[in-house]
Amino acid sequence: MRAPSSREVRLGEALLAVENVSLAFGGVRALTDVSFDIRKGEIRAIIGPNGAGKTSMLNVINGFYPPNTGRITFKGEARTTMRPYAAALGGIARTFQNLALFRGMTTLDNIMAGRALKMHRGFFWQLIRHGPALREEVEHRRRVEEIIDFLEIAAIRKVQVGRLPYGLQKRVELGRALAMEPDLLLLDEPMAGMNLEEKEDMSRFILDVNQQYGTTIALIEHDMGVVMDLSDRVVVLDYGRKIADATPDEVKCDKNVIRAYLGEPHGISA
Amino acid sequence: MLYREVGQYKTSYAADMAIFPILQDRIGLAAILLIAFVVIPLVGHDFLLNTVMIPFLIFTLAAIGLNLLTGYTGLLSLGTGGFMGVGAYACLKLTTIFPHVNIVIWVLASGLFSAAVGVLFGLPSLRIKGFYLAVATLAAQFFLEWCFIRIPWLYNYSVSGAIEVPLRTLMGIPVTGPTATSLTRYLIVLSIVVVMTWVASNLVHGRIGRTWMAVRDMDLAAELVGIRLLRAKLLAFAVSSFYCGVAGAMMVFLWYGGAEAEVFAIDQSFLVLFMVIIGGLGTLTGSFFGAALIYILPIVLREIPAALGLPVHPSTVEQLTFVIVGVLIIVFLALEPNGLARLWQIGKQKLRVWPFPY
Repeated sequence: MRAPSSREVRLGEALLAVENVSLAFGGVRALTDVSFDIRKGEIRAIIGPNGAGKTSMLNVINGFYPPNTGRITFKGEARTTMRPYAAALGGIARTFQNLALFRGMTTLDNIMAGRALKMHRGFFWQLIRHGPALREEVEHRRRVEEIIDFLEIAAIRKVQVGRLPYGLQKRVELGRALAMEPDLLLLDEPMAGMNLEEKEDMSRFILDVNQQYGTTIALIEHDMGVVMDLSDRVVVLDYGRKIADATPDEVKCDKNVIRAYLGEPHGISA
Repeated sequence: MLYREVGQYKTSYAADMAIFPILQDRIGLAAILLIAFVVIPLVGHDFLLNTVMIPFLIFTLAAIGLNLLTGYTGLLSLGTGGFMGVGAYACLKLTTIFPHVNIVIWVLASGLFSAAVGVLFGLPSLRIKGFYLAVATLAAQFFLEWCFIRIPWLYNYSVSGAIEVPLRTLMGIPVTGPTATSLTRYLIVLSIVVVMTWVASNLVHGRIGRTWMAVRDMDLAAELVGIRLLRAKLLAFAVSSFYCGVAGAMMVFLWYGGAEAEVFAIDQSFLVLFMVIIGGLGTLTGSFFGAALIYILPIVLREIPAALGLPVHPSTVEQLTFVIVGVLIIVFLALEPNGLARLWQIGKQKLRVWPFPY
């Protein structure tokens, strides 16, 4: 595990701040008065038992749900509601718990699609697919190939993603998010359903993304070992409320967190 | 020559992203173009050109149009017939108002009108999907059909209520109207279809094609990577209707030489939809296969008894054709639900690794 002090230096000011956000679906309160921030360059984990509102939190951040109250400040700009398109434009990328890949397209096309916002050649050039349009394709293909190399998925470049095994699909989805060159990367259970080896690979990729590209990462994960090893700070949600917000070591010993995960402590020593 | 890509190295991304990266495919394409542009005009008689090739090409173009919308963007449309009709009537009005402009230009320009109509009826697609969208496009179909019948201005107040194609020439050669030869019409239809197929393949292999397929496969994620759904869907409607409109204009001006509104009825929408489904959703080659199977196969079947000299009554042949085509459609779909294009692909893949199984 890294020494927190050495990273403390690299971590900058808050990139994203969530203030007093509440979200309800009819009578169900998914989030209640949640506040926390994500600092530039850090890996921030959001954990909590099932149904704690973690995914809802990500959905609020990238604009799928407008919060009922509260506001979100991203890159110094406060807003209450936002479309996912605007979030993408602002530099927020995301992966999903249950994969949201373009199943009928190849790995290459999926990752190329992640560069939709960066390609600008107009309709006319697309019609003839020569000159500027082709140059643009090639230029972006080069960037995409870097990502493919990075994620070690060169062999499946031209395979339709619907036919790939689950672990590789997760990797392609990470690739698509990286292709957007985001400032903030939201990962919703990137290691769900993976075996140990795949988890180790994915952890390595997440750390590398954070260190090589300096991407800020917010991740939801159930594997506590992974969370403790990867993250700089951890937010713990339970029944839509924030019950802890601290470094992994502190969270591990937090009474409220233990209660949330294990129930009332009857003689269990923390 | 073996169908093999061994030894064909690509040294640039541009070469790797070519639409036909394998040399044998390019040779095959050149051969097909040679046959279409040189051999068929040389040996073809009126029957082959007028009854087989011209309609086949026109239906292919319509199928490509619908395929861009339904196969690539995942928006089911039953308004194809109506959009084709818009093209035909727009072409008639344009050439009536400006008779001296080259008719080929008007055939292409009429696509713009159906593109506009397509965008209009595509607006609901942001909110509704699947079968519900199909019903919305059905409304477009019926509304447009109603216009074709009820607005006499559209058919120049002709007594029969039908489109009567006037004589138009291109460099002194009659192109449309009763005196145009089938060879001239065939060459024009062929040129338009070849160019528009090339354009369609450019579109689907580039940024716009990826946008469309992303919307089809997972619209939520598409929005997340920064694709604007409404814009992508409307563009698909526009391009698709443009293709259908040009196909409709060609159908009347370069094939029938005159048509009533019934030509653009709902049957036509279904016919084109079947071509797309049987050929293969989301493939351009599939549109050719689909049009060939549904349009050319019945003609071939009808000709077989006569060619063999069998004394079968024409109406029996007619009925048998329906039965055989129906059975073949079911067999093909059971064999490969993803359409003929997928069968073709599997065949090519098998050839590529032959004589080994993989």
